[in-house]
Amino acid sequence: MSALTKTFKSMSKAKLAAVVVAIAVIAVFPLVFTNPTVTEIAIFALMFMATSSAWNGFAGSSGYFSLGHAIFFGVGAYAFTIIANDFKMAPTSALFFLMPVAGVFAMVAAVGVGAVALRTKRHTFVVITIGIFFIFQLLGFNLNVTGGASGLQVPTPSNWNAATFNNPFYYAAAILLGFTVLLYWIIKRSAFGLQLLSIRDDEERARGLGVPVWRVKLSAFVVSAFPVGMAGALFAYLIGQIYPQTVFNPLFDLSWALMTLVGGIGTIVGPLLGGVVLESIQQYLNLYLSNVDIYLIIYGVVFLAVMFWMPRGIVPTVVGAVKRRRGTPTGPTSIATSDDKQPAKPDQTAGLIVTAKGATE
Amino acid sequence: MTITDPILSLDGVCAGYGGGDVLQGVSFEVNRGGITCIVGPNGAGKSTLLAAVTGLIKPRVGSIKFNGETISGLSPRAVLSKGVVLVPQNHSLFPDMTVRENVELGAYTIKDRQVVKDRRDKIEEMFPVVRSKAKDKAGSLSGGQQRLVEFARCLMLDPSLVILDEPSMGLDPKTLHVVFQTMRAMNADGRSILLVEQNAKAGLKASSHGVVLENGRVRLLGTGREVLEHPEIATLYLGGSVEAAGGVR
Repeated sequence: MSALTKTFKSMSKAKLAAVVVAIAVIAVFPLVFTNPTVTEIAIFALMFMATSSAWNGFAGSSGYFSLGHAIFFGVGAYAFTIIANDFKMAPTSALFFLMPVAGVFAMVAAVGVGAVALRTKRHTFVVITIGIFFIFQLLGFNLNVTGGASGLQVPTPSNWNAATFNNPFYYAAAILLGFTVLLYWIIKRSAFGLQLLSIRDDEERARGLGVPVWRVKLSAFVVSAFPVGMAGALFAYLIGQIYPQTVFNPLFDLSWALMTLVGGIGTIVGPLLGGVVLESIQQYLNLYLSNVDIYLIIYGVVFLAVMFWMPRGIVPTVVGAVKRRRGTPTGPTSIATSDDKQPAKPDQTAGLIVTAKGATE
Repeated sequence: MTITDPILSLDGVCAGYGGGDVLQGVSFEVNRGGITCIVGPNGAGKSTLLAAVTGLIKPRVGSIKFNGETISGLSPRAVLSKGVVLVPQNHSLFPDMTVRENVELGAYTIKDRQVVKDRRDKIEEMFPVVRSKAKDKAGSLSGGQQRLVEFARCLMLDPSLVILDEPSMGLDPKTLHVVFQTMRAMNADGRSILLVEQNAKAGLKASSHGVVLENGRVRLLGTGREVLEHPEIATLYLGGSVEAAGGVR
């Protein structure tokens, strides 16, 4: 709790105000927009904002791009469904409390996947995660416990009001998003977050500093699986029927990577922005135009446009532009090292003088 | 030369990287609260010596004691936790992390964030560059500034012994002066310094004690001034060897 308090205390008033407004907007959204189609789009947008944040929390912080996080989505979906079915749990709001359990199953899977994949370096890691992902998808198709290609039925609430049916799912997705953002906000400001950043910057240098590189990477990988597993459980409960190809879906990883890169990798806000924009577009196209594939073309165009004009992503580019307008120095700095006659410049040796006693000869 | 209160003692240390011993029975002591400078030509074994002290390699024979406790054979992390920190020869900052993040990374083993903050505040007073450039990327700093941030980072663990490996490397004379001034400030702040320096004149001049290594053996020991003024030093650095090891030893 103290970490949470410190986190809020460390925020500027403007940031705090933005967070309060965002929470308020998310809280009242389904009360204002009551159309179930709109709320369903919002559920998916929130879900993908959360999963993109989790993906970014690992990939953006460590520099290791995972194309296997959909494994944890699938494991979460299957764990939720199998437990709910086997224990004959009633499809009520209480079933949402099974989501963290599904998240734990995803974490367990992440320990195994990470223990193998994280033995490799960045580029190889990408390939290994793709390979392991397809192993899981194959298992989904071939195991009895997953129902094979026929998939599994998920208990569906039958007595909920049709007009507000989506609302519990919406708020569950909103809580998942809030939890994920808060988790990575705290991690980013922790010693663990610093170690992750040092690995992203220079893994060997981090090792030289004594950072337990493999342990830190594996921990971050496993932590990131938790929200993704919960999202998988929520997805299963919402859809009511899961198949290997729908929950072990390779396009999920591409979407999370794209949403993060478009918004700004390594930032808190980037994946949220990318997630809300791209997922909303995709769901809109699916629901209103009945075209399930056109979003891939739009994703490609958006990706190329952002990489061409804003290669660091939208958020870092905009923040950089605002800093430049305010006159914050962004270029390299150096100390004056010679007595050459130069045009008058600010004193660049400022800050080099040590103030402890005994410093002078 | 007798050191009454050594913080670090090496006794007959033989160590290498598997292809034979680079260090061949090195023995000397680092006095508490002083600055001890190790000089020697290329290949003398200076870097190997630091690797042995910081736990990167295990001595085959001999012992290394820190505060009277044997540390030879301990892992680098264990040596670090005893209060021995190394500022390596090459720039070791993380260029895409901010200066503040780099400095705080030095205390990643400390769980109490308040302790970290207090130390950072103290260090920012000592190193104004850490505060003034706190939000700048470390990679945007000059070589001299980066060296000072490395010093600042190493102090986050509140070490008793700071090992500086070639701090003057790649620095111009003016910046070098500031870096050595900083080293003296760290020493005045109560830390013992073990300095390895190619710039023998500058290193020995700034040090209370000097050690000359040659071919993996200690050839001269004395105060910084005694070693600096020893007639054989120039010969050694011109590629010769010390004929009479007696000297100031």
